[in-house]
Amino acid sequence: MEVQDRTRESFQRLASAELPALYWLARRLVRDGAEDLVQETLLRAYRSYGTLRQDTAAGPWLKRILVNVFRDQLRRQARSPEELPVDQVEDFSLYQTLIEQDPLPYSDTLHHDYLQAFAKEDVREVLLRLPELYRAPLVLRYMDGFATKEIARLLDVPLGTVLARLHRGRKRFEQELWAYAQETGLLLKGTVP
Amino acid sequence: MTVKPGPIPCSEAVRQLWDYLDHAVTPEDQEKVEQHLSFCRSCCGELEFATQLRGFLASQGAEELPSHVKARLERFLADL
Repeated sequence: MEVQDRTRESFQRLASAELPALYWLARRLVRDGAEDLVQETLLRAYRSYGTLRQDTAAGPWLKRILVNVFRDQLRRQARSPEELPVDQVEDFSLYQTLIEQDPLPYSDTLHHDYLQAFAKEDVREVLLRLPELYRAPLVLRYMDGFATKEIARLLDVPLGTVLARLHRGRKRFEQELWAYAQETGLLLKGTVP
Repeated sequence: MTVKPGPIPCSEAVRQLWDYLDHAVTPEDQEKVEQHLSFCRSCCGELEFATQLRGFLASQGAEELPSHVKARLERFLADL
């Protein structure tokens, strides 16, 4: 088995390459304090650097630690969960709403063009409107590619809970994509193709 | 003898679309969803949009760090 270099310098080199991925993940998980979240992650990762088996796994390893730090922060804040009633989100379909409201009457590819109107910062604002319970699984699954079983382990909740939160999170995300564009006049800003 | 699954309503098909795209449904549910999609144009549209939305989310990946953030984090790393 290849011996891995576990010096401070090698940690700095590995972690430095992952800073953008860690920072942008943190920015999607929290409104404020993304840098603090990354710094705490780096500290915790450095302390457990010896547990990293392969340098090639450094990216996912660091992201898992970041999610652990995020989860611990949530627990410390000890806010009551903001579970959404099923019927509050279940009925909304952005696909149907776009057809019915036709916000881009000159578009031949309405649904595609609607999504393209959102810059990355807009998407972040939409995500941040979701309660953390729903935002975190959505970000981890569909933006960072974690498997649902791993999300369940990282967030320390049953798999069924993750699946239910993903479902409600997706619906809520669709609702907020619609509401955000309405409230901010996004489609009037000339960003639409 | 295999029993063909009964039809499911649009609400049920739409509820399962993302799990269907994730290959996270049972073979029975997969068959039910596909059977529904075989005759429901609206749900085919929902499926296409779900695929677009997944691609849209996946495309929101990491970019370059803002220079001031990069400088602070690099300094933090150097001080470890």
